Amino acid sequence: MAKNSKKIDVNRRKFLLAATSVTGAVGVCALGVPFVASMGPSEKAKAAGAPVEFDVAQVKKDELKTAEWRGQPVWILNRSEKMLSSLNDIEILTDPDSKSPQQPTNCQNETRSIKPNLLVMVGICTHLGCSPTPKLKNGGDMGNNWEGGFFCPCHGSKFDLAGRVYKGSPAPTNLVIPPYRYIDDKTIIIGESESNKG
Amino acid sequence: MKMFAIIFLLYSSISFSAENIELSKAPIDLTNNQSLQRGAKTFINYCLNCHSANFMRYSNLQDIGLSAETIKNDLLFTGDKIGDTMSVNMSAKDSKKWFGASPPDLSVVARSRGADWIYSYMRGFYSDPSRPMGWNNTVYVNSAMPHILWELQGEQILNPKTKKLEKFSSGKLNAKEYDAMIADLTNYLVYMSEPDQLKRKKMGYYVIGFLLLLLFLTIKLKKEYWRDIK
Amino acid sequence: MKKDTHKQIKSAGLIGWVDERFPLSSFIKNHLTEYYAPKNFNFWYFFGALALFTFVIQILTGIFLTMYYKPDAAQAFASVEFIMRDVSFGWLIRYMHSTGASLFFVVIYLHMFRGLMYGSYKKPRELLWLFGVAIFLLLMAESFFGYLLPWGQMSYWGAQVIVNLFATIPFIGPDLAEWVRGDYLVSDATLNRFFAFHVIALPLALAGLIMCHLVALHEVGSNNPDGIEIKDTKDKKTGIPLDGIPFHPYYTVKDLIGLSVFLIVFASIIFFAPEMGGYFLEANNFVPANPLVTPSHIAPTWYFTPFYSILRAVPPILGSQFPGVAAMGLSVLIFFFVPWLDKSKVRSIRYKGILYKKWLAAFVVSFIILGYLGTVPSNIWGQFSSIIPLLGGVDVATFVARIFTVVYFAFFIMMPIYSKKDVTKKVPRRVTF
Repeated sequence: MAKNSKKIDVNRRKFLLAATSVTGAVGVCALGVPFVASMGPSEKAKAAGAPVEFDVAQVKKDELKTAEWRGQPVWILNRSEKMLSSLNDIEILTDPDSKSPQQPTNCQNETRSIKPNLLVMVGICTHLGCSPTPKLKNGGDMGNNWEGGFFCPCHGSKFDLAGRVYKGSPAPTNLVIPPYRYIDDKTIIIGESESNKG
Repeated sequence: MKMFAIIFLLYSSISFSAENIELSKAPIDLTNNQSLQRGAKTFINYCLNCHSANFMRYSNLQDIGLSAETIKNDLLFTGDKIGDTMSVNMSAKDSKKWFGASPPDLSVVARSRGADWIYSYMRGFYSDPSRPMGWNNTVYVNSAMPHILWELQGEQILNPKTKKLEKFSSGKLNAKEYDAMIADLTNYLVYMSEPDQLKRKKMGYYVIGFLLLLLFLTIKLKKEYWRDIK
Repeated sequence: MKKDTHKQIKSAGLIGWVDERFPLSSFIKNHLTEYYAPKNFNFWYFFGALALFTFVIQILTGIFLTMYYKPDAAQAFASVEFIMRDVSFGWLIRYMHSTGASLFFVVIYLHMFRGLMYGSYKKPRELLWLFGVAIFLLLMAESFFGYLLPWGQMSYWGAQVIVNLFATIPFIGPDLAEWVRGDYLVSDATLNRFFAFHVIALPLALAGLIMCHLVALHEVGSNNPDGIEIKDTKDKKTGIPLDGIPFHPYYTVKDLIGLSVFLIVFASIIFFAPEMGGYFLEANNFVPANPLVTPSHIAPTWYFTPFYSILRAVPPILGSQFPGVAAMGLSVLIFFFVPWLDKSKVRSIRYKGILYKKWLAAFVVSFIILGYLGTVPSNIWGQFSSIIPLLGGVDVATFVARIFTVVYFAFFIMMPIYSKKDVTKKVPRRVTF
């Protein structure tokens, strides 16, 4: 093959080879984009995962109701004064000040909510995705020291009535507070925040 | 026996009589958002009472320049969410009882019938007392569909001698306005049959431009290497 | 060809590590850098590589379509529209697949024509040709199964008609057709099994056969437009054919040009005319399948129409439609026999006489005319006037299709005679450009 080597312009050959390779690689990557994109949520999934409205007036004191948003349970808990006072017991918690970003900034407060009494929270354990069981009353099968909260049946993680995780639980972080906002006094919309309407 | 009927189909000459109607060219323009929006409103106000467009989402209408608020407030009758598809509440059983045939879904009708057919069909209704609904159509003979827009277009009759449509009574719109309305509707149906078609064509220019560059480079590369070969 | 080069040179590093465990370097040498292909390949030699490329595209797009497609009679049509609208870039992937299917046949037909022109089926390449025809057969099956999946009117009635062809086979026919469908009509059961064949059974078999086709090719070496065996004149010292050049880099860079042109055609169709005037995606297939209503005109997709024309052209004998079906089957299977039908001393059309050229031209013309006639109703050209004896009342198009059906078969059946009688030219020892 080397018989004509004196005529070969090695640099030109290298340049053309590189140019073609780069162009080809760009093309292959561009071709990959639609294929990767096609695996993302479809318009149908997006429509199904759209923000949902919820009438919070129907939730009585001490009561918990479940809404569905993006196929996940979202708990709406109307906390009584007694329940709110239980939130002061912060020695047992891993992250009492909600420093890890498990909630929108307007819920980074003692009650982890917009209105103090009304907790809106995704009911999925931050450990491995089970749905914890609400154990709202103190005592009972949770022992005498239990002040009310949530207990994950899968691996025994415990959370208080603001979804903050107990020390020693397998779950690493507090439960997630979804973005939500009040349309009026009685209605919230889950999935939208004040800054990002619709 | 069924099998022979099928095989017979293969061999027999097939009559085309119904398809020999001259169609008018539909004056459509997919880049005209105003026309598409008018068409969408006509479609939702009139067609969507009986015909569904089950593959089309209301939210897609944002492509033709409608805002989410406008869609929600002015156009959303059948569903409650903007991401819903344009479904219809009438059951197929009921509609079959009423019309003799279920109104077909119109999501892709422009791809099966073509724009010219729709444009001509919607202008081809005439009153015919022999039909159950009192209407017939020059484009789709014995169509089960009544003339929904007759109050707008007025009544036409078919002259048995010339086989041409003639005006019988006037509607709310004059002929020009009615044709424009149907053109907008047709435009919308063509858009709805493939909402991404403009995006597709636009993308095509970039892709082909890129491929021409690749072709140029590969030709140069091949020439360079093939200088070795005698 | 068959020397164990990997024993001689040992690479260092990762390649060396792999080579001790897997014949990587020797594979690259045997099939790319030291696979010597004749240096006089022309335009016609692009289509093998392009066919392989199209196969890869179909597999790739097919995988992604399968992620959303629902093989269920109640959901299939809607799931295709779902892909077209709701899946990001679903329309692009779907159009790539539908366009790819048609272009696959364009490429394969040109590839086969190349073989017929340059005698690429002649000794020692008979098996190579047989693998190729088998790939063609499976590809027809693959596209037929795939065509049902969108569950439109054309899908449905196309499948109905083709499956009913089996029903014409004497004695076992009706039971066989029912067994193929798994029902008394084309139904959900049929759709589901066609899906299974389309996405796994046939692609696997095709991949295997393509491998065999390539292994056979690299065993016997490529033919060329001159039909000269380049292995007959080797460099005495190196043992390399004097007219051979390494496939890589010379033909890889050349094939890139072919690929670029092909991609331009491919992209033009996908982005600007994905329906290709109703030939690649038919208007009636945008109507969901309805077992109670047959569209007024049904025709198979364009790549089946030459064979479909032959089916229509053969008149029923003793009330049985089977002869037409048999003729259609034979019109495909007859390609298997070509290596033994051609008695010519030379391979390439360049050195064959005028007889073969005329016959091949007649064959191509009949293939194209039959192909056209298969897309239109048989009354397209009207009927002969009733005063013409014998032909009175017969559809002109049917009559024309019959003539060209005869020409089609005569090309093969007469081949042993005309290829022997043909006055061939002297073949040079070395290839020409």
